[in-house]
Formats: sequence, structure tokens, C-alpha cells
Amino acid sequence: ESVDAQKIAWLLRKAWTLYSVTPLFRFHRARLTEYARLLSAFIAAEKRKGLAVEVGVELDIKVALTSLADLRGSELDQAALLVQLSSRSQTSSRNSEDKLVWSGWFCSMFGDDFSENVLEDFTCLPLFLSHGAESYTTLVGSWFQKTFDCCFRRLAISPLNLSWMVAMWAGCKLDRAASAVELVFSVPCLSQPLDISYAIHPEDAKALWDTVQKTPGEITQEEVDVFMDCLYAHFHRHFKIHLSATKLVKVSTAVASAHCDGIVKILHSQYLPGVLMLLTELAISQIQ
Amino acid sequence: HLARSLPLSSERDHLRPRIDLIVFMIDIKSKYSLKNVETSLAYVDASFFLGKVCFLVTGVGRVNACSIDTNAVCKLGEAYCSPVLFCELELEGVRVATAQRLLRILQICAGHIPGVSALSFVSLMRKSDVD
Repeated sequence: ESVDAQKIAWLLRKAWTLYSVTPLFRFHRARLTEYARLLSAFIAAEKRKGLAVEVGVELDIKVALTSLADLRGSELDQAALLVQLSSRSQTSSRNSEDKLVWSGWFCSMFGDDFSENVLEDFTCLPLFLSHGAESYTTLVGSWFQKTFDCCFRRLAISPLNLSWMVAMWAGCKLDRAASAVELVFSVPCLSQPLDISYAIHPEDAKALWDTVQKTPGEITQEEVDVFMDCLYAHFHRHFKIHLSATKLVKVSTAVASAHCDGIVKILHSQYLPGVLMLLTELAISQIQ
Repeated sequence: HLARSLPLSSERDHLRPRIDLIVFMIDIKSKYSLKNVETSLAYVDASFFLGKVCFLVTGVGRVNACSIDTNAVCKLGEAYCSPVLFCELELEGVRVATAQRLLRILQICAGHIPGVSALSFVSLMRKSDVD
């Protein structure tokens, strides 16, 4: 279960856009190099058609598909699949290095409830995370959809789920000094948009969560509600504003941050499985 | 009659007609609306809970803006023996259908439908929920 910090350093501190993906049909892990070649050809063809991503410099896109055996919850999960697009500018010297322009990875962290009901030819990797230009995401996404008959959908995160995240992550024990716990609210029904940012000292937030949580390792909806109500009550006492009438749009903790548009940043390797497990759950509920 | 919360102002008590049905509106996007309803429930006479109260949850079309746990609302309905209706006010069709439903419930509560009392109607609704 412990994740090698070095191996996953690439995914920390990056803003990942989330998607849910339906099971892939007839995906074979042994054919990764072949798939990479096909995807590369597809991207080149789309570019020739005039759907160029970068205007001006002619970029040669190289595709790499890697299987990440360690990035999974249990043996029942499929190993994560990483797709990387790199460019080597044709105008630069022969010794120039490839520059990573886009990366995306499929993953399943303890998604066994979902995969056990699925037929044989299907591979379950319900969570997809992408980083880089959206045009590349669209290209890679359409190739996967055509080749494996799957469906990608943006994964939005509701205020209810964001409050679960902040309660869970604020309660995490961290050895290093943690950054503040921040919640951002968007106020509805105003002529001009108004955002309220509420920052809490991480130790205070953790102390509050510790008084609320009854069983370590278990979290209930009631406990999350009590935690949030305390934060709202505190704010109301000082500012006479009912945060509960606004929309929670973003939460930030030292462990990870998440935005309602479905964008997360994982900041700490220690709690990576927990974060991915929650995101996998969200992806699965969007698919079902 | 619309009110933001209960209790109603006692100023107009003598002018107010008999209340046949109370609909508590909960906006799924606002936790505050749920808290408000929970506080207001304390001001309702127990006799109303014999079929003259119903909960209306609005905004259910937008799952991604959900700030309330719908299980909690269903539990609230069970606790107060009153039906919970879900609707999306932004969709005209649903809005009209919901209004028609509420009107029907109101007619029953006001005693305008012979043979059906508020209490019998509510137990009918509860039975169909369980099924």
C-alpha cells in the first residue's frame, strides 16, 4: 500500500482535470507500444487535417504509454495507465530533449465494487486525470473513445463532496508544517459575482475534526455536517454572513486541493491512495 | 401565503384564513434553507403533521450543485410523517406538474375531495414510497 515517493513525484503539485471513463473494450496491456504508435499517427493525421494545436512552430508529437503497476489500490484494481505527449521541435538541434507537453493517466483505486460486475473483455479504469492543453485532451480522448468504445465525461465535484474532502483532508496528520485550510464560496444571485475565501489555521481545523470524529478511520455524513456547521457558525458570529446559503466551490488543504469544476491538485504523497480512492468513487458514481 | 421562516408574525393573526397545507421548501443548493426549515418546524402545531405538511426539495436538476445530503431530507420526511417531493423549478414542465400536484394535495387537505382525508392520502403516499 505504501507508495514510493520518488515514483509518484510527477503527479504531485500539478492541477489535474478529472474525467470519468466507462470500461475499455478489448484493451490489451501487452500492446502498449502498438497503441502509442497508432495514437501518434492519429494525432499527426488530425494535425494535417488542420486541427493544429500549436500555430507556428511545427511540432512533432511523440506518444508514450506506460503501465504503472504500483498505482492501484488492491490486486483487484487494474494498474494505472499513463499517456504522455512530448514534442521535439524540428527547428532545434539534434541533441535537444523532448519536452513533455501533455500527460494523462487512467487509474482505479479500490474500485473493485465496480469492476466485479463487468464482463470479461472490459478493462475498468474509471478515473482519468489530464494535465496540459485541452486540445490534446480532446485528441487523446477521441482516439481512446474510438479505439476502445469508451466514454469520457468531465467529473464535476458537488459542494457536498467538497465538504467531505475538506473534512477528511483537514483531519490528516502531517509531519511537516501544513498550509492553511482554505474554503472558497461563491455567492449566488448577485449582480456582480462575489467570492468569499475562508482560511483556517491547519492545527485549529485538525483539532476541530478530532473532536467531531468518533471512530478513527471512519467518517459519517453527520460528522462532516457537524464539522462544516462549526465553521459556518464561527464565520457567522464574526461576519453575520450565512456561508451555508452560498456555494462551496473550492477547498484547499496541505494534503490536496479540489475545485468544483473537477480540478484537483495532490500536494502530499502520504495520502495519495486516500485521495485517489475518493476520486475513483466519484468517477464510478458518475458512470453508474 | 409565502413566508421566509416560522413563526408567522402575530400582527396579522386575526386576518389570516385557516391554513390547510404547509409546504416547506428546501433548496438543494443551500444548506441554509434546510437549517431554516428544521428550525421553523418547531413552530408548527402537531396536528398539522397529520397530512397537512409536505416538503418540497427544489433544484434537483443540478446534481453537481448539491450541498445537501438527500438522505437527510428523506429522514426528515420520515421523522415528521410527511411526504417529500422533488422538483426542478427551472424546468417549466416540471414546475407546472409540481404545482398541479401541490394543488391536488391542497384540495385534499382543505376537505374539497369527498372520501379522501389528508391523513388517508398521506398514508397512501407513504405506502407507495415503500413499494
